[in-house]
Amino acid sequence: MEDNLLEIRDLVVEYHTDDDVIYAVNNINLTIKKGETIGLVGETGAGKTTIAKSILRILPQLQADLKSGEIFFEGVDMLTLAERDMRKIRGNKISMIFQDPMTALNPIEKVGFQIAETIKLHNKIRREEAERRACDMLEMVGIPMDRFSEYPHQFSGGMKQRVVIAMALACNPSLLLADEPTTALDVTIQAQVLDMMRSLKEKLGTSVILITHDLGVVSDFCDSVAVAYAGEIVERGSVDRIFNNPHHPYTLGLFGSLPRLDSTEPRLKPIKGLMPDPTNLPSGCRFYERCPDAAEACALSPPQDIEIEPGHTIKCIRGKEGGI
Amino acid sequence: MLRYIGNRLLLLIPVLLGISLVVLVLIDITPGDPARMLLGAQATQQQVDDLREELGLNDPLPVRYVRFIWNVLHGDLGTSLMTKRPIVDEMLQRFPYTLMLVSLSIVLSVLLGIPIGIYASTHQNTWKDNTAMFLALFCVSMPSFWFALLMIRLFGVQLRWLPISGVATWKGWILPCIAMALGLTALIARQMRSDLLEVIRQDYITTARAKGLSEGKVIYRHGLKNAMIPVIMVIGGVFGSSLGGSLIAEVIYSIPGLGQYIMSGLNNRDYPVIQGGILILSTMFAIVILLVDVLFALVDPRIRSQYARKSKGRGKRVGDET
Ligand SMILES: Nc1ncnc2c1ncn2[C@@H]1O[C@H](COP(=O)(O)OP(=O)(O)OP(=O)(O)O)[C@@H](O)[C@H]1O
Ligand SMILES: [Mg+2]
Repeated sequence: MEDNLLEIRDLVVEYHTDDDVIYAVNNINLTIKKGETIGLVGETGAGKTTIAKSILRILPQLQADLKSGEIFFEGVDMLTLAERDMRKIRGNKISMIFQDPMTALNPIEKVGFQIAETIKLHNKIRREEAERRACDMLEMVGIPMDRFSEYPHQFSGGMKQRVVIAMALACNPSLLLADEPTTALDVTIQAQVLDMMRSLKEKLGTSVILITHDLGVVSDFCDSVAVAYAGEIVERGSVDRIFNNPHHPYTLGLFGSLPRLDSTEPRLKPIKGLMPDPTNLPSGCRFYERCPDAAEACALSPPQDIEIEPGHTIKCIRGKEGGI
Repeated sequence: MLRYIGNRLLLLIPVLLGISLVVLVLIDITPGDPARMLLGAQATQQQVDDLREELGLNDPLPVRYVRFIWNVLHGDLGTSLMTKRPIVDEMLQRFPYTLMLVSLSIVLSVLLGIPIGIYASTHQNTWKDNTAMFLALFCVSMPSFWFALLMIRLFGVQLRWLPISGVATWKGWILPCIAMALGLTALIARQMRSDLLEVIRQDYITTARAKGLSEGKVIYRHGLKNAMIPVIMVIGGVFGSSLGGSLIAEVIYSIPGLGQYIMSGLNNRDYPVIQGGILILSTMFAIVILLVDVLFALVDPRIRSQYARKSKGRGKRVGDET
């Protein structure tokens, strides 16, 4: 318990649009240990970004409604913190790398300033010192520091992503929320960025929530995996267990839709159908419609989390039967 | 940047040439004979013809055009038909009043409009926002002369707080400036609100929040500057329309400015006054638009980089700037 850095309990987040309620996150539980790197995977719209933004409490105020839940960080429920105290955590102890580097930077401020701003904000230092450290951060992510005074439009997509990463790491956070940090990058840069994050993780002991669609990245980079589906975590366990012994039919489906060199199947098998409409979720298991192994009971009531081996839980009644 | 401003100033020349041509043609095709107006209905046709000849009105349009341009280049806008005074002198005397009226109302409307817009957008969809935007819509839709007359009645006639006409004392400026500023304030406030709402939804604002900046700093440091770009454009446009608005306000409040002069020129078909007046107003407007474009470049590095010379930009080190 004590070595849990972050603990999310029963988190529920809805978005309100003009005439609909979008159930984006439904009763999520998630814990992250100090130094742990967890991969959060799932289809588009599964609620991954929403979870990350809830942790920092930066959901769009007008549309988003954090209905209930608790988010403990270093033992304190951040959802009850005053905004002032929360600001001391943001960018400092917890920081986020945003999904889209093209739009994440302020187009009319110098990139160096945007990094230095965070550093100056959380450390009681002079501006020159903050700028010097910002230069160091730029160098660290492989951008020559004489580009400090340039603007985002003078940078390529990959370089912008590095700036965003430098910004997120500037204050040595103990938790990094990396929302698809490599999606916008080409494969070589992807590898470099991951290497960079890995070395930081080792140097600073930072815990990471890595949101990604790329299971290859997860197996390389993460200690454990959480699979999100329609606003729920359907399977959670160590990388080793989940990759070698996946249990939830959705996770199985994800692996089935992954190309493998050693596969004898002539074609990939995508999961049939679509994720349920988040404005109108089924009352039973969210995966019922698409599940190849669905039973009648599945449509009636939502399944509970079941621990099938230590540290490996699934949200599926089949779990009781000890695997499919 | 300097070169860009130079280029833009050079471009002003053909624009002003074009405007003068249009004005000349318009005066030419509108019915009514300036010479007849000047001499009155009793004058004989002979007298009218003689005066037309004397004023050069019988020359073909191209000749008159070239003569007009030639004179303008020598700082001569001709003499008023009515007062017989050189137009340049008259305008120089009147120009400060118009400049004062227009700039006071613009400053007032910027100082009011921008905070109101910010306030409304940070309280989006609350009654405060709704009230502010309802009032703004009202002020945009009502003509400024209506406000002017209303205020004269209330503050000038009934309450007797302020003079109803003339700008002999500073108090005289209050009503005309407010009358002109109301609509402009509303325009700026509405633009500010919608731009800021648009900007606040952008990802980089979320990034700024995620850094731990206070909401005020997020709005002012990251939101406002980005939202200002369209607002600056509106302020430039507002300047143009307030030049037009000053015509009416100066007449209503008897301010001896350019607008009043041009209005009397229009009424009397004093065509040299009309020509000169429009030329001056359009020059002012063109200069304001140039200022707006320069401001754009100052605010937005993406626009600036289009003008910067290729070799520059790179290689700047930390500390060179800000
Ligand atoms: N500002 C918003 N207003 C309304 N609905 C939203 C908003 N942001 C997200 N949603 C909805 O919430 C659900 C979850 O979105 P979220 O961005 O968390 O998904 P995601 O898992 O990050 O997807 P992706 O992999 O595409 O990034 C989606 O159905 C989405 O349409
Ligand atoms: Mg996302």
